[in-house]
Amino acid sequence: MSLLHVAIIVPFLLASAVPLLGRLLRRVHAGWLVLPGPAVLFGYFVSRIPFVRQGGEFASLPWMPSLGIDFTVQLDGLSLLFALLISGIGSLVVLYSIFYLDKNKEQVRTFYVYLLLFMGAMLGVVLSDNMMVLYGFWELTSISSFLLIAFWHHRERSRYGALKSMLITVFGGLAMLAGFILLYVMSGTFSIRGIIDQAGTLAAHELFIPAMLLILLGAFTKSAQFPFHIWLPDAMEAPTPVSAYLHSATMVKAGLYLVARFNPFFAGAAEWFWLVSGFGLMTLIYGSFRALKQTDLKAMLAFSTVSQLGLIMSLLGLGSAAASAAGAEALLYTGAVTAAVFHIVNHAAFKGALFMVADIVDHETGTRDIRKLGGLLPLMPVTFTIALFGTFSMAGLPPFGGYLSKEMFLMAVLDTLHMDVWNAQTWSVLIPAVAWMASVFTFVYSMILLFRTFTGPLQPDKLERKPHEAPLGMLIPPAVLGLLALVFGLFPNLLSHSLIEPAIAAIVPRTLPADEHLAVHIAFWHGWTPEVFMTAGIIAAGIVLYKLHRWFKPLREPLFTRISLNRAYDWSLSTAERGAARLTGAYMTGSVRDYLSYIFVFFIAALGITMFLSGSLRIDMSQYAPLSLYEAVIIAVLIVSAAAVPFARSRLMAIIWTGAAGYMVTLFFVLFRAPDLALTQMIVETVSVTLFLLCFYHLPKLKREVSALRFKLTNFLIATGVGAVVTLIALGASGSPTFGSISEFFLQESYHSAGGKNVVNVILVDFRGFDTLLEITVLGIASLGIYALIKLSLDPDDAAGGS
Amino acid sequence: MELYMSLAIGVLFAVGVYLILSKSLLRIILGTSLLTHGVHLLLLTMSRPKKGAPPLLGEHAKSYVDPLPQALILTSIVISFGVTSFFFVLAYKAYQKLGTDDMEQLKGDQDE
Repeated sequence: MSLLHVAIIVPFLLASAVPLLGRLLRRVHAGWLVLPGPAVLFGYFVSRIPFVRQGGEFASLPWMPSLGIDFTVQLDGLSLLFALLISGIGSLVVLYSIFYLDKNKEQVRTFYVYLLLFMGAMLGVVLSDNMMVLYGFWELTSISSFLLIAFWHHRERSRYGALKSMLITVFGGLAMLAGFILLYVMSGTFSIRGIIDQAGTLAAHELFIPAMLLILLGAFTKSAQFPFHIWLPDAMEAPTPVSAYLHSATMVKAGLYLVARFNPFFAGAAEWFWLVSGFGLMTLIYGSFRALKQTDLKAMLAFSTVSQLGLIMSLLGLGSAAASAAGAEALLYTGAVTAAVFHIVNHAAFKGALFMVADIVDHETGTRDIRKLGGLLPLMPVTFTIALFGTFSMAGLPPFGGYLSKEMFLMAVLDTLHMDVWNAQTWSVLIPAVAWMASVFTFVYSMILLFRTFTGPLQPDKLERKPHEAPLGMLIPPAVLGLLALVFGLFPNLLSHSLIEPAIAAIVPRTLPADEHLAVHIAFWHGWTPEVFMTAGIIAAGIVLYKLHRWFKPLREPLFTRISLNRAYDWSLSTAERGAARLTGAYMTGSVRDYLSYIFVFFIAALGITMFLSGSLRIDMSQYAPLSLYEAVIIAVLIVSAAAVPFARSRLMAIIWTGAAGYMVTLFFVLFRAPDLALTQMIVETVSVTLFLLCFYHLPKLKREVSALRFKLTNFLIATGVGAVVTLIALGASGSPTFGSISEFFLQESYHSAGGKNVVNVILVDFRGFDTLLEITVLGIASLGIYALIKLSLDPDDAAGGS
Repeated sequence: MELYMSLAIGVLFAVGVYLILSKSLLRIILGTSLLTHGVHLLLLTMSRPKKGAPPLLGEHAKSYVDPLPQALILTSIVISFGVTSFFFVLAYKAYQKLGTDDMEQLKGDQDE
């Protein structure tokens, strides 16, 4: 077990210790007990940075070796980047939540158990090398996210949001599992490294595309890509630290991680390129468009997250082109991956800060509704500064980190214009246009977010509290993140050597010879490139749109109410429920007769069809014995008496006709040389008829079956069918036998070995005595059951027992 | 002989199934009795019952009929007798408690 394993397990251990420790130390906020965990983890991962540049670490722990499932962890540039995000932002979120959650009013300990579970699961996702282990942790993130969204489970909206996110992410998770299994079928290993090593040879495999689609389904649902983004805005019912942590920085990036992790395997396929970048761009434009309309700060941030995730996804897709290019061209496309990695870091910083800012505003004013807010700038200057850093970085304005990643994004998008792979020229004109439009929308909603909250007139009558600056503890975490957004802008190469280059090497390996290292240098200013003009255009168009945005609001409304994926989701859910109920109601009628008819119809269909299809219906009359007069008479009487039972008017007649059929069976036993059977049948028939007649007095009058003709006709058809099938089977089976009977043994050994001359009796008590023992048991149970049925009664009125 | 026996067995099965599908509990019990007879006759018919003497070694015959199906049928007769008796008392008790033997009225609630 390596330190990496310990790092994954630490949050789980801590989660099991928190309830106990928190109970012992009641006066301390449980968050203080939790805080060292992620902080130490962050320090540990920082100390790993030098090792990762030398190729990373790899450790394995046997779990289920016979199935090829081992707890294998690996730490390369990509994993490290995510691990630092998870532990770093995790520490800040824990710190923030200490001031956010009141330990006297909330179930703080429960909250931290869930949060630590999530943190451990997320570390497991990014560090696992074995796909099955990865899947296990993946589902654990879904479950812990479900628990966290529904943290205030007394609210109906929370439960709705939690259920929705659960259904969608688990749906994608299961698809991903199927994709993993397909990969295993193709490659024979569960190890991601092992699969990537076989990348070239498996591209032509027939399961390649299905595996790709299933894995992408998992990634798109988790990362809230269009049209699976609908769970993310509803997940905003969660406490804000959860929204900041899960739904902006970590969990929603698990899908991005998955795409980046499998990029070396799938990149080079045109389907991968178009699906990833296409869905990414679609999500980008849709999310930024929808964010414009929101009036709730958190909803606006949710759609903004959707849109930014789409941006990163599209960059990963565009970057996958590097795999099919060579030399300088490959380096050019690698620029898209650089932008993606850089933006992952930037987005985690500014979005985390913005969520906390939105929450501080909510906390201090009592509302998150943008229409009630305004004029908070003089009252909350620190919060405003943080918000300014966050929104300007989000909008892509210099000198913040977002500006640089936006420049790189635009550059990557422009590169596709002269990309000559997969006939991209015809369509690639659209890509920069869409990207530019989305950037304009992003600019506008960022400005709305900032200026409608902090400037303009203050509306004190609409606010529940008198706003003032937040406590220091609540301000530190967002301030750290906000400052990072600025630092990444001012010193963009701070991380490029230590973190971004190894991450790129993990996402797009083999673009360079092994001895050369990719040198990332993010320049703040690199001349009058087309991107600069595009950014200028974004700012200009954005300002114009921002000034006008109040004007075209009525224009947008009907479009949104008509096209709503939420409605489609709700409709499909309720339709599925109603459909299932209707289907079950249709065949589970509660009537025994219906169930019996299903059984018999299936019997007829299965046996009849099998008989005809397999050609086993061979009637061989040559072996048949001749019919004697006795037999003919008895058969006729049997048929007549049996057929008369349904027509009997009185119960007495029905009993007597059944008895007659039974006695005819006795006669057959006599004719067919079975004396013991004849004796037993005679006695049993007599006792049965006596029993019938004994209870005859208590039985209801046999009513004439007054039922529709259709009912009777269906019954008649089913009955005839069963009879016909049985007859055919009997005829087919009574032909020439394929092998002899074992009865020669019984006949020979009955006297020699068992000392009896009645072979049937010897079989019953000697050769096959166990049957008889259990048959006696059956009789014993039946008689005890009858006794209990008559004598015992739990009904107090009926204590005397049977009548 | 086998042909006619098979027809008779078919009739027993058909009548048994028809009675089982009806609404009255008494008819259903009678139907199971007839089905049982059909099964026993089917078992016996399949064993070529006419070639030889009864399986009693004192007969000193050249050949005997197959004793194994007879043993199986004997077991089956006893078991079906036990089950039929139990079923019969169950029906009687159900009628006594619930006042009906109509299967349609013995249906469960909609929610069950």
